[in-house]
Amino acid sequence: MNKQISALFDRIGGVYALPIILMVIALPLVGSFPTWVTLTVAGLGMGMMIFLMASGLSLVFGLMDVLNFGHSAFISFGAFIAATVLAALAVWVGADNWMLNLLALTAAVGAAMLFGLVAGWAFEAVIVKPVYSDHLRQILITIGALIVADQLVLVIWGGIPISVPKPAFLQGSFIIGDVSIEIYRSFAFLVGTIVFTLLYLVLNRTRLGLLIRAGVENREMVEALGFRIGRLFVLVFVVGSALAAMGGAMWGGYQGLISGELGSQVMILVFIVVIIGGLGSIEGSLLGALLVGLLGNYVAFIFPKLSLASNMLLMMVILLWRPYGLKPAIKR
Amino acid sequence: MTDLVSNPPVSRISLGRLIVWGLAAAIGLALLFAPFLFTDVRSQQVAARICVFIVLAASYDLLIGYTGIVSFAHTMFFGLGAYGAAMALKGMGASWAALALGGAGGIIAAIVLAFLIGVLSLRVKAIFFAMVTLAAASVMMVLASQFSGLTGGEDGIVYTTPDLFKPATKLLVDADGKVLKLFGVSMNGKIAAYYFVFLISLFLFWLLLRIVRSPLGTVLEAIRENEMRAEALGYRVVAYRTAVFIIAAVIAALAGIVWAVWLKYTGPDTVLSFDIMIDILLMVVIGGMGTMYGAVIGVALMSLAQYYLKDIMEVAASATANVPLLPHMLDPDRWLLWLGILFILLVYFFPAGIAGTLMKKGGQQ
Repeated sequence: MNKQISALFDRIGGVYALPIILMVIALPLVGSFPTWVTLTVAGLGMGMMIFLMASGLSLVFGLMDVLNFGHSAFISFGAFIAATVLAALAVWVGADNWMLNLLALTAAVGAAMLFGLVAGWAFEAVIVKPVYSDHLRQILITIGALIVADQLVLVIWGGIPISVPKPAFLQGSFIIGDVSIEIYRSFAFLVGTIVFTLLYLVLNRTRLGLLIRAGVENREMVEALGFRIGRLFVLVFVVGSALAAMGGAMWGGYQGLISGELGSQVMILVFIVVIIGGLGSIEGSLLGALLVGLLGNYVAFIFPKLSLASNMLLMMVILLWRPYGLKPAIKR
Repeated sequence: MTDLVSNPPVSRISLGRLIVWGLAAAIGLALLFAPFLFTDVRSQQVAARICVFIVLAASYDLLIGYTGIVSFAHTMFFGLGAYGAAMALKGMGASWAALALGGAGGIIAAIVLAFLIGVLSLRVKAIFFAMVTLAAASVMMVLASQFSGLTGGEDGIVYTTPDLFKPATKLLVDADGKVLKLFGVSMNGKIAAYYFVFLISLFLFWLLLRIVRSPLGTVLEAIRENEMRAEALGYRVVAYRTAVFIIAAVIAALAGIVWAVWLKYTGPDTVLSFDIMIDILLMVVIGGMGTMYGAVIGVALMSLAQYYLKDIMEVAASATANVPLLPHMLDPDRWLLWLGILFILLVYFFPAGIAGTLMKKGGQQ
């Protein structure tokens, strides 16, 4: 009996079917179909934003066994930098011309990502490099960096929450029949899908990706073959930080009002996603992010009080079932 | 461990060790006589906070320093104890029975949660465990603020404590039936509350010292140093880790109960917030991991800095008012910025912390 179930589970797509199973289960519980569609799209959009932030963290860990607790600093800085740029380009943001809107948005997200690239490089060189392969000091030092970064956000932008202007073409929702779909969330879903596809292609279709995947699986062997894994690692770290800043920028626009705690609030979700998904794989991060986004939205509708606790429960259940997460690249 | 091997059995007690013990003893004495030495309210507040946080930091040291487990859920257990006591004192009135019942409830909740988290995630890597505890702690924080009917939400709970601790209680009376004054300090309920905090903290700290000196403590250090080897010698690593996680959780919950009794108020900011977790981490690392006495030194230093460094920064900020950005960085509210930088430097250059560095120095003589 048990075997049959697991065989059936594998045939319908294994762990990849979980988000779909979750959607199907949620339909009768939510009750009305239009509401369900709205919630599903919202969940997918939210999941994709979390995926942007989680993928870098997961890859960095997989490749170099480094867990960066300071990752959320890039999320906060990304959100605040994007908000600042959008505020400076207020004329474009508010214009009734989607080209100008898009330009402003690109500038904002671009600035955030540029910051992520540069700061990620500096962060890796100053904070992470000296403590490779020493977990305890890694945790301590990245926590220290997180404290400093959070305080710097307060120093630069002050303790008062600031509002993020939303580009005009992303405001409001589509209405199709009874179904209303928020445009911003659909846009977030689109961006996330593009980024995931790009990452997937780079990791699976290029030589660089091959090296990264090989490094995740067995670092020493790749080094022995004469490749400089240290440089690869810096590259992954920098790209991961830029993605976190991008995710932060998108998240800031979605929240509308951001404060210094933004990074640490989102970070909890990011950690849950990385744990659920399994460390070191972007497929796992995507899966975890979608599950967390969907479940969060459904539960927020059905039992509003349990929304965050639901993700915790999801994590516990999945850890009981698969102690290393759904789709880990490595089991160390 | 290594100096046990290199030193002859009749080892001289090194100078570094003496300094550390001396510092810890000085802090202990200062706390013992705190109500007589510092009579203003603010200093007594600082003294009581140091007592409770020594227990909290030392129990955290049991995890991070002696066993190599990094947990971010320590304030969660602290909060469970405090909220348990607070809810019972609020709901059942200020009696010892309520305190005992609520405290027991909090401790049981802490045991159950610690067991669940431990069994679920102590099997895997240390770093994984850190993430799981971080997630658990923040969910607890959200729950505390959402179930405001029970916990008072963001406002917390205000309640009264058993009669003994009321300021109007006369502990000792003189011939006229008035509150007796000893060395200018009136023997009222406030004193009783302080010594309640002090004695329980002292007992718990002593208990922790006993634990790390016991065979259990030795096994824990063996697990920290080489997990595979400990497992190969026949020690069930997961069982030991889970056990020590539960012990630390119970002690944190007890500290929470004491803190709730002293403050007569329990809210997210005083027992649950992530800032407290960061404080504990900083205290243990600055003081010296794996030394227990380091926790005492770290807590005393951090608490004094927290209360008095801010005054200095205030002066510095107003002195540099004309320079851009600098006054914001020197703002008293930004004291964590400087502490964070200090913390990073310390982890780089003196990973053993104050007590650890001192003890090592002395050992080489």
